[in-house]
Amino acid sequence: MAKSLGPVKRKFSPWTDPAATPFIRFENITKRYGDFVAVDNLTLDIYEREFFSLLGPSGCGKTTLMRMLAGFEEPTEGRILLQGKDLSGTPPYKRPTNMMFQSYALFPHMTVEKNIAFGLEQDGLPKADIQARVEEMLRLVKLENFAKRKPAQLSGGQRQRVALARSLAKRPKVLLLDEPLGALDRKLREETQFELMDIQHTLGLTFLIVTHDQEEAMTVSDRIAVMDKGIVVQVATPAEIYEAPNSRYVAEFIGDINILECALVENAGECVHPGHPPVVHLESDGLKIAVEQECAAVVGDRVAFAIRPEKVRISLDQPPETGSNLAHGEVWDIGYLGDFSVFLVRLEDGRTIRAAQANVSRLVDRPITFGDMVWLSWPLDGGLVLTR
Amino acid sequence: MAETGATSQNNPWRWLVVGVPYLWLLVFFTAPFLIIFKISLSDTAIAMPPYTPTFEGFGAIGDFLSQLDVENYLFLTEDPLYINAYLSSLRMALISTGLLLLIGYPMALAMARAPSTIRPTLLMMVILPFWTSFLIRVYAWIGILKPEGLLTLLLQSIGLFGPDQQVQIFRTDYAVFIGIVYSYLPFMVLPLYSALEKMDNTLLEAASDLGCPPWKAFWKITFPLSLPGVIAGSMICFIPITGEFVIPDLLGGAETLMIGKTLWTEFFGNRDWPLASAVAVLLLLALVVPIVIFQNQQQKVR
Repeated sequence: MAKSLGPVKRKFSPWTDPAATPFIRFENITKRYGDFVAVDNLTLDIYEREFFSLLGPSGCGKTTLMRMLAGFEEPTEGRILLQGKDLSGTPPYKRPTNMMFQSYALFPHMTVEKNIAFGLEQDGLPKADIQARVEEMLRLVKLENFAKRKPAQLSGGQRQRVALARSLAKRPKVLLLDEPLGALDRKLREETQFELMDIQHTLGLTFLIVTHDQEEAMTVSDRIAVMDKGIVVQVATPAEIYEAPNSRYVAEFIGDINILECALVENAGECVHPGHPPVVHLESDGLKIAVEQECAAVVGDRVAFAIRPEKVRISLDQPPETGSNLAHGEVWDIGYLGDFSVFLVRLEDGRTIRAAQANVSRLVDRPITFGDMVWLSWPLDGGLVLTR
Repeated sequence: MAETGATSQNNPWRWLVVGVPYLWLLVFFTAPFLIIFKISLSDTAIAMPPYTPTFEGFGAIGDFLSQLDVENYLFLTEDPLYINAYLSSLRMALISTGLLLLIGYPMALAMARAPSTIRPTLLMMVILPFWTSFLIRVYAWIGILKPEGLLTLLLQSIGLFGPDQQVQIFRTDYAVFIGIVYSYLPFMVLPLYSALEKMDNTLLEAASDLGCPPWKAFWKITFPLSLPGVIAGSMICFIPITGEFVIPDLLGGAETLMIGKTLWTEFFGNRDWPLASAVAVLLLLALVVPIVIFQNQQQKVR
């Protein structure tokens, strides 16, 4: 999959190194509640210092997976290895993982300071060391002046910071974050996302985050596992997930995308650009589509063509392309998002394609408006063929 | 919120709603208390009512007031019977409350941790005894505890007791403790349950996650957070147990010394209304202290 994107430079990518040993390994994990299968024979490797996201809709098993790593649930089948050590049967209070709870779960009868010190006290550290670590944590989350407050006297954002400080205080090998930013408003959430990345980088810890918010996952993660009904559909970097989803499910779950049902016409292997994959020809109800992509499907297969709206060009004049990757239709609706405008274009056969255009100049009246007949076009590497 | 608060402040209905219970308390608590207080300052008399002076109108008010004195209170301090009865009542109430906590807390905890589907049933079972009269339930204990009672029969039938051995706890303090703990258990369990049930279970998960094993988490998290329930339950039990009369009267023996019984004897046995009233007033004062502590705690919780 990654090949279609061409060579990508990465500073941190242990998952591409076959010699690297995974830090956490979920090995054939199945979790059943009665008849309900929450996690279905799932295998997943996470590497040291990775910021890893489990992304999926509610009920996809992502939280169950995290809770099994924390020790609150035991897998029905399979095992979880941390640094090669089987965690089966180890109770949560003996695991080197710490969790930041969705509800924060701060102890309401303890001050901020006491909350942060709680885990350290369990380890029986000397008082002076605990004090020093608590102060360090308070500095890290910028709550030095709130040490003596009770959780009820804090704002939502401050509580979230206390929860983070508490879960980091013990320097866990793995920090688990369960929908950590769900309760925060958008601005604060974005700020905190960057702070989280900063903290993770500074402390050099492995972070595993559970979220249903694709933007959050895209922003913070080194890699994302997209989950659906207890299985992992795709594990890849945010860019790969967005640009090269391996299935309709992933394509539709992440971002906005046009999907056209197609028949595969030709998969001859003709190379247009040197170094790029060969071209696959598709046809979708009279619409001819050409895609540069390695594709296992054969002539006659029903496949889907997927293309992100921002990769579809929209113009009033006919573009120079001829034959393939060209559609003509009427502007049906326009969504003005400030930075982008999304045009909903209705083709002659009634299908609609969304095209997004960056609003690069400060015009209030756009040249393209409702009812205009427009041309849509896209390059050979704009979209992709999905076989499942 | 502020707006609705302001309108309800000026709403005359609000004062009516608040006023009715206060009026009720004024008529049915303050007035009788003042009458009792007045009687406690009077002297015994072989008359109807059995004390003097009686209020004969405002004309003779000076004469009336001059006959009131605190000699009954002085008498109470002189006779060790009364002080012993107070201390014994407080001791009984303290021990009973301790026992109630020991039995009620695990019960309430088990109820709060039970699956939510069976919780209403468990709650119902705690309230169920109230369907029978309190007096009848205490009488039932006589049938169980008396020497030839059900307990003896049970112990004999399972072979722990020989045919000529009998349980000798009826008419002792032990029987009183059993009766009190049995009767007051729901009053202890319900406040504890409501405090424990509110508790967020993820707090225990968080404690466990931070390296705290379950038994330690109980003392560090569960118990401190249930303290309002512990205090409420203890007060609700301790205060009435101190003045308890029926249970020591029915189950206790001659040596069972409790202020409620003393009070009854003074009123109905000796017909010494003034002295009995003085005992009642002192009992009330002795209980005001725990009530104030209770109120303070409730305020703190809010």
